[in-house]
Amino acid sequence: MNYQDRKIPPPTVNPENKAFFDAAAQGKLLIRKCNACGEHHHYPRSLCPYCFSDQTEWRDAKGSGTIYTYSVLRRGVPVPYCIAYVTLDEGVSMLTNIVDCDLDAVKIGMKVKVLFKPTDGGPPVPMFTPA
Amino acid sequence: MSIKGKAYLVGAYEHPTRKAGDKSVAQLHAEVAKGALEDAGLTKQDVDGYFCAGDAPGLGPLSMADYMGLRLRHMESTDTGGSSYLIHVAHAAQAIAAGKCNVALVTLAGRPRSEGSSGTQPRNWGAAAPDGPFEAPYGIVTANSYAMVAMRHMHEYGTTSEQLAWIKVAASHHAQHNPHAMLREVVTVKDVLDSPVIADPLHRLDCCVVSDGGGALIVARPEIARSLKRPLVKLIGAGESPQGQAGGKLSLTTSGAAWSGAAAFEEAGVKPADIQYASIYDSFTITVLVQIEDLGFCAKGEGGKFVADGNLISGGGRLPFNTDGGGLCNNHPANRGGMTKVIEAVRQLRGEAHPKVQVKNCGLALAQGTGGQLATRHGSATLIFERE
Repeated sequence: MNYQDRKIPPPTVNPENKAFFDAAAQGKLLIRKCNACGEHHHYPRSLCPYCFSDQTEWRDAKGSGTIYTYSVLRRGVPVPYCIAYVTLDEGVSMLTNIVDCDLDAVKIGMKVKVLFKPTDGGPPVPMFTPA
Repeated sequence: MSIKGKAYLVGAYEHPTRKAGDKSVAQLHAEVAKGALEDAGLTKQDVDGYFCAGDAPGLGPLSMADYMGLRLRHMESTDTGGSSYLIHVAHAAQAIAAGKCNVALVTLAGRPRSEGSSGTQPRNWGAAAPDGPFEAPYGIVTANSYAMVAMRHMHEYGTTSEQLAWIKVAASHHAQHNPHAMLREVVTVKDVLDSPVIADPLHRLDCCVVSDGGGALIVARPEIARSLKRPLVKLIGAGESPQGQAGGKLSLTTSGAAWSGAAAFEEAGVKPADIQYASIYDSFTITVLVQIEDLGFCAKGEGGKFVADGNLISGGGRLPFNTDGGGLCNNHPANRGGMTKVIEAVRQLRGEAHPKVQVKNCGLALAQGTGGQLATRHGSATLIFERE
């Protein structure tokens, strides 16, 4: 089954996550890194969820990763879509969609790269497609 | 301070309705409260502690205490989704042990079936939920959340759809004896695999029902329990654990039950092999499988083999589970299945389960819940009860 575009609900932008979605509008994927413990995390927070330091900052992510798990929702929705966790090359996994491909060919372990899809009245959001 | 032996489950009631379009949510809460009090042989005037979660209307304990005319000195509204009511039982025991109340009432009720709820709809946790902006655009719903856990479990351990189907088959064998169950027809592995795929790899029959209804529990201090004319069901161990995405360092194949279960077993001083009956939260078949592994009934990754071939069916299987038919066949009131897990464990320990599914001389039972969403963030709770 080939990917079909669907109406994507917009993210709720707030002061803490605004930079992430501003970057997404520029076609850039940001990731949060803690300068105290050196760990990346996602979703992004101002306080590091590992060491609780407030010395966290935005970094450009490479935008590539591997599918950790996925599922195509086939019933009860207007258009089937593929939800997934993608483990970024930086080591953390993010919830996303796999798009612009044959959804029946998606597999765990597949290499993917980021792209951005428009939302219904909000900023675009990062999604992934086979690399 | 341990809660072991500090409190007893003296009353339990499950609303017989599965569709309650003609009743309000508050009314359902009050009806189950009345049912549980009658079951215990107590009255509303005996209740001095009250516990409810997010399904309670209005301001939770304030609205419901006012509706029911309760005179309270202790109240709590911890909300961990469907596992809330197991946590309430544990917290009621703590409150009783600390002298904060003598008789605690726990209620659950809701009408998701009448209100058109489904597991393929997005759940809204509020605009301020910090995770929401990173999840809602991707269409996370209940079904595809649990499906991602199943997909990963299959990848890591070779678990199959046939093995998952056995969980539904066992539940249906039990539900055939429950006149209130929504789905009473016995199904086969083939029936499950032939049902439509909702979210890969989960089929329609891997998913729980959507039902209206509710349930209530009464927890009381030992002296009060002994004064009542009911079999004595003692709480001997409890554990609770939230689990989330760990900042993106995910492990979807292990649930919070690994921690809540270990804590409950340690407090109770018993081992998984000692448990004669287990109520295991069954929002989906995969939910059961992961929790069975994490509770230690089998090694991680061995759950598929453990649940296959009817091993969860009462009478022949090694771990009789959800003998009321569970969420997969009986009901899932308010989309929150923890309450009915405790109720069926109480029935088993009292010897009041249906004779066809009653575990012989059931003296030790476990109830396990996970609320929220397994693949994003969930609250696990484990209770261990002993018949005295």
